[in-house]
Amino acid sequence: MDNDKLIIGGHAFHSRFILGSGKYSLNLIEAAIQDAKAEIITLAVRRANTKDQENILDFIPQGVTLLPNTSGARNAQEAVRIARLARELGCGDFVKIEIMRDSKYLLPDNQETVKATEILAKEGFVVMPYMFPDLNAARDLVNAGAAAVMPLAAPIGSNKGLAAREFIQILIDEIDLPIIVDAGIGRPSQACEAMEMGAAAIMANTALATARDLPMMAMAFRQAIEAGRKAYLAGIGRVLTRGAAASDPLTGFLRD
Amino acid sequence: MVKINGEKLDFAGKTIEEYLRTSQYDPRRIAVERNGEIIPKAQYSETTLEEGDCVEVVSFVGGG
Repeated sequence: MDNDKLIIGGHAFHSRFILGSGKYSLNLIEAAIQDAKAEIITLAVRRANTKDQENILDFIPQGVTLLPNTSGARNAQEAVRIARLARELGCGDFVKIEIMRDSKYLLPDNQETVKATEILAKEGFVVMPYMFPDLNAARDLVNAGAAAVMPLAAPIGSNKGLAAREFIQILIDEIDLPIIVDAGIGRPSQACEAMEMGAAAIMANTALATARDLPMMAMAFRQAIEAGRKAYLAGIGRVLTRGAAASDPLTGFLRD
Repeated sequence: MVKINGEKLDFAGKTIEEYLRTSQYDPRRIAVERNGEIIPKAQYSETTLEEGDCVEVVSFVGGG
């Protein structure tokens, strides 16, 4: 298991749990990272607060990879602009592309995401696009230079779990990049199931932010993700279509 | 007037560095864009804001 690394854009990670940092107190970030054993944390870019307001970077331990998102972008052009500003903030080349046209369901716009991926990959970014799980779009993202593909499991922030299970499985089976299940995962059991399916990693934010005890939930997710990963590597046992199969010997019964 | 983060402010003729200092931003934690172009940190002191400029000053916040 020690050699089981997650490779994204040439960078190796041991943790397969990408942590969000939205919707909870900055004071909880360090505990969440520790209990999640996360090596990557997502951030957003917004207009800066002046004066001595707290800055999230002061709460993130050294060595954690920052993954800025392009939330707020409604098209490729806006996503590219936000990504460039994020890089100017001086915390690396990773970017999670997030482009939404609609504010009711917050669904990612795959077409615009492909366009932004192509531009940013050429500029040397490690591009991790958040997308609606569609095989054709995922192939376009691969060709555009994505370093991973991040399909949603269910509407963002819904905690509904693997609503898109079948389509995520297709991406896992057909796409040669890490498939990181993002958005909608609400419980550790759902994260575990996605990992058993062969997902490379899980990204979660709302599931933690809406839990009563955030660091404890971070730990529960981490354990579930590790369990799911081990089960995937171990090879899940087969399912019978019908009937039963005894686990005990069918000879030597104490009769006649 | 210069539009900075959506607010019209009287900083025409001042440099970006002067604006940031006056407003007490931490320059290590921000990025600045003027009229759609990113201004590198090294140029804050030599970039003078002009009448009608549109400036964005951004930083990281919590997010998914």
